[in-house]
Amino acid sequence: MSLAELICPAGTPAALRTAVDAGADAVYCGFQDATNARNFPGLNFTPEELEAAVAYAHARGTKVLLALNTYPPAGKVDLWRHAADTGARIGVDAFIVADMGVADYIARTHPGVRLHLSVQAAASSPEAIRYYVENFGVKRVVLPRILTIPEIRKIRQDIPCEIETFIFGNHGLMVEGRCSLTNYLTGQSTNMDGVCSPASDVEYIRDEATGEMSSCLNGFTIDRFGPEEKAGYPTICKGRYTAPHRPEGYYAFEEPVSLNLSRLLPELIDAGVHAFKIEGRQRSKAYVRSVVSSFRRAVDDIRAGRTANIEDLVALTEGQKQTQGAFETKKWR
Amino acid sequence: MAVTDMEKLTLGPIAYHWSRDERRDFYARVADEAPVDEVYLGEVICSKRAPFHEADLPATIDRLERAGKTVIVSSLAEVMLARERKATADLAGMDSPEIELNNAAGLFAREKRPHRVGPFLNAYNEATIAWMAGQGATHVTLPVELPREAVNVAAKAARNLGLGVELQVFGRAPLAVSARCYHARAHGRTKDNCQFVCENDPDGMPLSTRDGDPILRVNGIQTQSESYVDLLPEIEEIGAMGVSHLRLMPQAVDMVEVAWAFRDVLDGACSAEEADSRLRAMCGSAGLSNGFYFGTAGYRRIEGAAPAL
Repeated sequence: MSLAELICPAGTPAALRTAVDAGADAVYCGFQDATNARNFPGLNFTPEELEAAVAYAHARGTKVLLALNTYPPAGKVDLWRHAADTGARIGVDAFIVADMGVADYIARTHPGVRLHLSVQAAASSPEAIRYYVENFGVKRVVLPRILTIPEIRKIRQDIPCEIETFIFGNHGLMVEGRCSLTNYLTGQSTNMDGVCSPASDVEYIRDEATGEMSSCLNGFTIDRFGPEEKAGYPTICKGRYTAPHRPEGYYAFEEPVSLNLSRLLPELIDAGVHAFKIEGRQRSKAYVRSVVSSFRRAVDDIRAGRTANIEDLVALTEGQKQTQGAFETKKWR
Repeated sequence: MAVTDMEKLTLGPIAYHWSRDERRDFYARVADEAPVDEVYLGEVICSKRAPFHEADLPATIDRLERAGKTVIVSSLAEVMLARERKATADLAGMDSPEIELNNAAGLFAREKRPHRVGPFLNAYNEATIAWMAGQGATHVTLPVELPREAVNVAAKAARNLGLGVELQVFGRAPLAVSARCYHARAHGRTKDNCQFVCENDPDGMPLSTRDGDPILRVNGIQTQSESYVDLLPEIEEIGAMGVSHLRLMPQAVDMVEVAWAFRDVLDGACSAEEADSRLRAMCGSAGLSNGFYFGTAGYRRIEGAAPAL
C-alpha cells in the first residue's frame, strides 16, 4: 500500500500552522509574487514568514513544498531563480515546478532538493512524465485532473516516480499551464502572473428592474443569476454563455462544482497514488482545519485497514454541487 | 529599422475539422497562389479527426513541396489516450528533421534528434529556450500571449543559439485546451459519441456573453479567441527583434489574400497601413486584436506606434 500522504494548502502562515496541527503530512505554499499560480492579494509568504513556517512544520514532522509553478516570461527569469535560491536556503523539502528552464536551474543549482512536477506542466502520459524524470530528476508528478482511476493505475506502472492527485477542492477542466483565458479578457496571465479571473476585475451588478445579478470580469458578463439564485464568482471557465443553438445560455465548459473524491479514496490508494492534494490556498483557516482533519481520519482509517467514515468528507461539500470529476468515468469528456 | 530579408511567412496547421475536400482544395490553392514559405500540416487538436485526412498527407506534402514550400508535420497538443501516444511516437520517429512537437511526450520520443518546438510547448523564456536547444530544438514558436518586451528577449536569445523563432501574427489565438470536448457538450453529447459535430463550424463555434458580446470560439477540445490576432502593423518591429518566421493561422477567410497582405509589407510593396486596411476588409465582422503583444487584455486593439523598446 502507498503511503497516502496528505498534501494540504497553506495560503498564509496561519493557515499553514492550522494545516500542520490538523495532521497534514506536507503543506504547499508560495511567495508573494508571480512565481506561483495563486498570486492573489493577501495570500502567500514573505521569505521571513516562510522561514518561520518551515521551522514550525519541521518541528512537528511536516514537510513544506514550495510552489514555483508558473512560467517566467523572457527577461524576468531571475525572479524565479532567486525564489528557488531562497527556498533552498530556508530548507524547503521540495520545489513544485512547471517550466523547463526553472526545472533545469534547480536541478543544476540545488540538486539536493526534491523536484515535484506541477499540474501546470500538464504531463498526462507516461512518456511526458518520463521526460521530466529523466532530464530533471523529478521525484513526483502531480497528475492533471483529467484521468480516470484505471488510467492512473496504468500510468503508475509505466513511470519511475511518485504520483500525487487532487482529491478535494476547486475543479477546473482546462489543461493547466495551457490556459490564457484570463489574459485574453483581463490582461493578467495565469501562466506568467499566477492569476486566474482576478478579484480586482470582478464586479457584481444588480438589475433593479428584474432583480437579476450579473457577475462580471473586466466588464464581461460571465454569468447572470435570477433573484432566487446565489450569484457565483465569475471564473471564465465556469460561466454561462450562449451559442447559436444554445440561446438560453448554458455552462459551455463546466458547471461550478467542487471536486470531492472521498468515496474513491480506497481505490486511489490501491491504484498506487502516493499523495493526495487538497486544493484551496485561498481558503480560510476554518475550512483548512475541517477538511484536513477529516481527510486525516479517513486516510488513517484506510491505512489501518478500518472502514473510513466517508460521510464526514461528503458532508464537507454538502449544499454545494460536487463531482468525482474525471476520476470515476470518462463519460464526462 | 529595416525588415530583414530573412523573415519567412508560415501557414500554421488547420485547427478545425475541415473536410477532406476542403483541405485538398485549400492546400492546392496554397501551393499555387499563397506567398508563404513554409506550411505546417497534421492534426494538432483532436486525435479522433486524424483518420479523416491522414491518408491525404503524403499527396499534400508532395503538392506543397513541388510548389517550393517547406512542409513541417505538427504533433498533437494533448497526449493522453493510447492512440494519441502512438500517433506522437510515430511522428517523433520520422527521419525528417521537419517535425513540430506540441507535447513533452513527443520530446521524450524524439530524444535529441532535430525538431521544432510548437506553440503548445510553453517556451516562455530564454532559459527554457536554451534548454530546448540543447535537446535538439532547431526552431521555436513563442506563446501567443507573450508581451513584446518578452518577445524581444526570447527572440534574441533564440537567434543567438542559432534557432529559428516564430510568432503567430494572424488568426484566432489558441487560449485553452481541455480533455473535454466542448463542441460535443454544446450538442448534449460526449467526446466518445461526438459524431464530429465540430465539422459544422469551419471557423469555430461562437460563444457570447448573456449581453450578446461574442468573446470566445469553441473548436472541439480547444477554446480560441473570438478576435483574430493581427500583428501586421507590428511586423517591422517584430522582424527587428529577431523573429524569423511569422505564422498565419488558417481561418475561414481568403487565406491567400491574407498571406499577400503580409507578403506585400515584407516586400516593401505597400505600407503596413494600406495592407492592414485590406486585411480588415477581408475579415469582415471578425474583430482584429493585438492586446497580448502590448501586454494588455488579449481582445483589445492598441492603435498607433508604441515607444521603442
